Amino acid sequence: MSLTGTISGGRRAWLSSRSGILKLGRLLISLAVTLLGLLLITFLIGRVMPIDPVLAVVGERATNEVYEATRKAMGLDDPLIVQFWNYVTEVLTGNFGTSLLTSRPVIQDIARVFPATLELATVATIIGVSIGIPAGVIAAVHQGRWPDHLVRLLGLFGYSMPVFWLGLVGLLVFYGKLDWVAGPGRLDVFFEDVVPQVTGVILIDSLLAGDTEVFANALSHIILPASVLGYYSLAYVSRMTRSFMLEQLAQEYVTTARVKGLSEARVIWRHVLGNVMVPLITVIALSYANLLEGSVLTEIVFAWPGIGFYITNALLAADMNAVLGGTVVVGIVFIGLNLLSDVLYRFVDPRAR
Amino acid sequence: MTKFTSAFAAGMLAAVAMTSTAALAATPKDTLVVAAAIDDIVSLDPAEAFEFSGGDLLQNTYDRLVEFDPKNLSAGYQPGLAASWKVSEDGRTFTLTMRDGVKFQSGNPFTAEDAEFSLRRAVLLEKTPSFILTQFGFTKDNINETIKATDAKTLVITTDKKYAQSFVLNCFSATIGSIVDKKTALAHEKDGDMGYEWLKTNTAGTGAYALKSWKANESYVLEANAEFWRAKPAMKRVFVRHVSESASQRLQLEKGDVDVARNLTPDDIAAIAGNGDLKVDEDLRGRIVYMSLNQKKAPLNDPKVVEAFKWAVDYKGMSDTILRGQYTPHQAFLPLTYLGELKEKPYSLDIAKAKALLKEAGHSDDVAVKINVRNEPTYMAIAQAIQGTLTQAGIKVELTPMTGKQSLGEYRAREHDVYLGAWGPDYPDPHTNADTFAHNPNNTDEAKLTGKLAWRNAWDIPGMTKETEAAVQEADSAKRAEMYRSIQREHQQASPFVIMFQKIEQTGLRKNVEGLVTGSAISSVHYWTVTK
Amino acid sequence: MTDHAVPSSGRHGPLAWLTSDSPTSRLQAKCVQIYLGWLGLARNPLAMLGLGIVVVLILAAIFAPLLAPADPIAQDLTRRLLPPGTPGFLLGSDELGRDIFSRLLYGARVTLYIVALVVITAPVFGLLIGTVAGYAGGWVDVVLMRMTDVFLAFPRLILALAFVAALGPGIENAVLAIALTSWPPYARIARAETLTIRNSDFIAAIRLQGASPLRIVVGHVMPLCISSVIVRVTLDMAGIILTAAGLGFLGLGAQPPLPEWGAMISTGRQFILDQWWVATVPGLAIFTVSLGFNLLGDGLRDALDPRSAR
Repeated sequence: MSLTGTISGGRRAWLSSRSGILKLGRLLISLAVTLLGLLLITFLIGRVMPIDPVLAVVGERATNEVYEATRKAMGLDDPLIVQFWNYVTEVLTGNFGTSLLTSRPVIQDIARVFPATLELATVATIIGVSIGIPAGVIAAVHQGRWPDHLVRLLGLFGYSMPVFWLGLVGLLVFYGKLDWVAGPGRLDVFFEDVVPQVTGVILIDSLLAGDTEVFANALSHIILPASVLGYYSLAYVSRMTRSFMLEQLAQEYVTTARVKGLSEARVIWRHVLGNVMVPLITVIALSYANLLEGSVLTEIVFAWPGIGFYITNALLAADMNAVLGGTVVVGIVFIGLNLLSDVLYRFVDPRAR
Repeated sequence: MTKFTSAFAAGMLAAVAMTSTAALAATPKDTLVVAAAIDDIVSLDPAEAFEFSGGDLLQNTYDRLVEFDPKNLSAGYQPGLAASWKVSEDGRTFTLTMRDGVKFQSGNPFTAEDAEFSLRRAVLLEKTPSFILTQFGFTKDNINETIKATDAKTLVITTDKKYAQSFVLNCFSATIGSIVDKKTALAHEKDGDMGYEWLKTNTAGTGAYALKSWKANESYVLEANAEFWRAKPAMKRVFVRHVSESASQRLQLEKGDVDVARNLTPDDIAAIAGNGDLKVDEDLRGRIVYMSLNQKKAPLNDPKVVEAFKWAVDYKGMSDTILRGQYTPHQAFLPLTYLGELKEKPYSLDIAKAKALLKEAGHSDDVAVKINVRNEPTYMAIAQAIQGTLTQAGIKVELTPMTGKQSLGEYRAREHDVYLGAWGPDYPDPHTNADTFAHNPNNTDEAKLTGKLAWRNAWDIPGMTKETEAAVQEADSAKRAEMYRSIQREHQQASPFVIMFQKIEQTGLRKNVEGLVTGSAISSVHYWTVTK
Repeated sequence: MTDHAVPSSGRHGPLAWLTSDSPTSRLQAKCVQIYLGWLGLARNPLAMLGLGIVVVLILAAIFAPLLAPADPIAQDLTRRLLPPGTPGFLLGSDELGRDIFSRLLYGARVTLYIVALVVITAPVFGLLIGTVAGYAGGWVDVVLMRMTDVFLAFPRLILALAFVAALGPGIENAVLAIALTSWPPYARIARAETLTIRNSDFIAAIRLQGASPLRIVVGHVMPLCISSVIVRVTLDMAGIILTAAGLGFLGLGAQPPLPEWGAMISTGRQFILDQWWVATVPGLAIFTVSLGFNLLGDGLRDALDPRSAR
């Protein structure tokens, strides 16, 4: 079911080769080409946008003189190829330009919003994994019986739920009616900027500052969006766990362990799950990458100031520097995580070497 | 479940239980928390800021030479940082005396030199709102003469022609007339930008509040200026958080997470009406909602077709239902409460009449238009309701919802069929709307008078243009008002503008919040008057 | 033809022909395969439930004008936001007084239309890229697969968003954006299949007969890749529906007054506190339909590829 599952297939070959360095070089080149393609596509999208980036700066009332002067200042009079070249060279030096929306360098904005997404995706993954793995194990152990069907159905529900709708209903019920969790946003507004920013991840920063009040507030804000998002991870992880478990349960060592008289619980939770953890790590890394990008709609529903929220707002406001910068960063992280899961897989799985 | 997961779940539950009580607590006594849609802020430089939310922020952080008293807005413009002024015989020279003992938030004393610097840089930077000042003939080349501090207390301003005195002074009360701390701005100057880069994200004024932080699309925080020359603000801190959805704003207001919710829909206002902890403030604002027909597109340039549109809109139906309490029917281009306001509403929904007019024009069933509209709930609801009634009249309508910036591009290029949108006055003088709705000195494409709505809709009006030019120079207020009324009557009949509504701002407040001024049609929000 | 079939269970007639374990023609082999797959599918109650949902969706879309009690775009501002069960409004009315049930039925058309358009564009394009890359090899392969990688490296929804923002909102552009972001997996699958087919004897034989590469790819390689692509497509349907709804939710999909479900949720969220049905009903519809496709896809995969059923 995973989109990224198919990505990794193509890149696996390199690590198994003996001439690793050569292959590594080729990999780096292909990564560079991929990145360049990413830049080109974002750039072209930016150029054909019907939204006029100059208008985004000058606003409705601008006279034509103001408009033309601004257009020139933004370098939009240059030929496309020159604009692209300028863009690539700027990006290579870490300069994504200035955001129209925030009037700040895009790279600073991203440094501010990215930890928010990271925080959300991490908590979501923790929730997904801590429920998904046991659920998958239970399903495998009771294969074909009702716990199996239940887990499978729950997983399918996760794949079928429109996340923005689940978020809305969740907000209505748990914030609006039951008052169990805090509302949209990362923090109540008067807690903002209370703890010094170290990592940008509020849950960590507040602990570092020893401020439990802020921590509790941040936790009550994150729990609902992370659960909504974590449901996807749960669906994916439980499904893969089940499938890996079944594969292992058919192995001889399981029979041997049982014959030796080890308790069933010990066999399953210790031995089998232990072996399953290896491929599961790559699954988790992949689901993490998917959550990072899949959080766009969740962030919008929960007004979560992460990178998806940032990019969407920028898109609607024709803030192309921000869109391009954000997309490139997400793309790089996405590629990186996929690569990491490949490497991990090769590294921990003896058969794959 | 494993030990780990059950421990984790228990921890989560405990945390949730712990925080759910905190969520019910009210906001601190000396703090005002506002939920509003503030994603329109682009720049905080007073020479550039031109959006509603930016105007709100700068209203509270800067002062202008001429200001409105938030406690008595209907009194009109009053002395602000200028304590008094004199106008010369020929009406062209304004000599303003600066107020004593005012300090900037930085601690620097305010002098005429700051005023001179601020107005000159607004002209020199040539940002969008600069026309508000340059319409008096100030240019790069002459500002050293026309805007001049003769000593620390005196600023002399000379206009190119004689204008109605109220027109000039009203323009100085606009956001672009905000007085910037010259020393602070220059301390942050880069490449001779007069502090522009820095002031885009920071403030340096004499206002009741200083900006502590601004995160675009998220929030801004204001901190009280204890030295504020008018009064000591009761609210020590003001948090304004961007919450785009009405339902979300309402929920946070009901829970006491915020004190003020500024963008509630009519349905949400109706829903909180019975809540004893909350109240609703109503304030007539300057924003006008209109639909305009591009005169370059046949048959939209047929006067009968134009009139048919005016009869095929359910003004009352909309204002009674989807817009209930938030828009009042209004059919003239000057907002109510402005000098020269016109209350007559000649049009109402009359499908038969619209059909008859279309038939007379020979376009019974062949009019098909695209309506460009901003993709926001209120405008979309209006557009769909209009689509419904126009269809009944036999006009085929396709809606093209766009983001604000998208629809503007086509509009300014005169490529639209019909545009549905809003216009808010730029400064509290009737000329602001007359200039855009009823002034078009050159209707050619090459003229590119993109700031004028009459030009954008290719409406060629040499006669009305002259009348508008005459009205702005008329010194006698009563006469001037009558001139605007006559222009508006003609405009109502002949123009391709279907003016429909004027905005009423409904603000949801916690019961204990007093004294919040949202600014009426002429000003913007003031926080220093708030008490809790 | 039936004369030559060896009945597997002693029965005669069409059923026997369909269950034969030694088919005598390619057509029969195909039919047997499909029939056995169907039997496998029919044994799976969840898959049948999914099939049922999909069938209901299709019927609702076809017969919407007959089933809908009201015009889905006819407004009545005096009868807005009525709760479900109000006479004449089975599922209530929305903010402009339109019947939600009727909008839901017509919305099924929009959803099916989007799904159908994506399904006939993305897999075809992916198939073309994948088979050409796999068959040609060399630098063509490198270039095409690098292109595929670039598209895969993108965050999918963000890319779709960017495309729609660039092309302008609307149903066709939403379809195009979804198709543009969903073809790469098909290209990969097709390429992998092609690589195994390319060196087979029968392709070599056709090549010897002098068939042009284009003909080999279109006439012989592509048909063989289709079955694995179809399974993948069924599994992707729910994703397509959800992405389309997401775009609609952001105001970038189907435009008013078209009753697109995601857009209905988007307007309904204004009223979620007091008139929960306006957003909840279309949400449930999206959920049910994508669940239906997921159940069916899951069952199909189990039936056609028993290995993965484990």
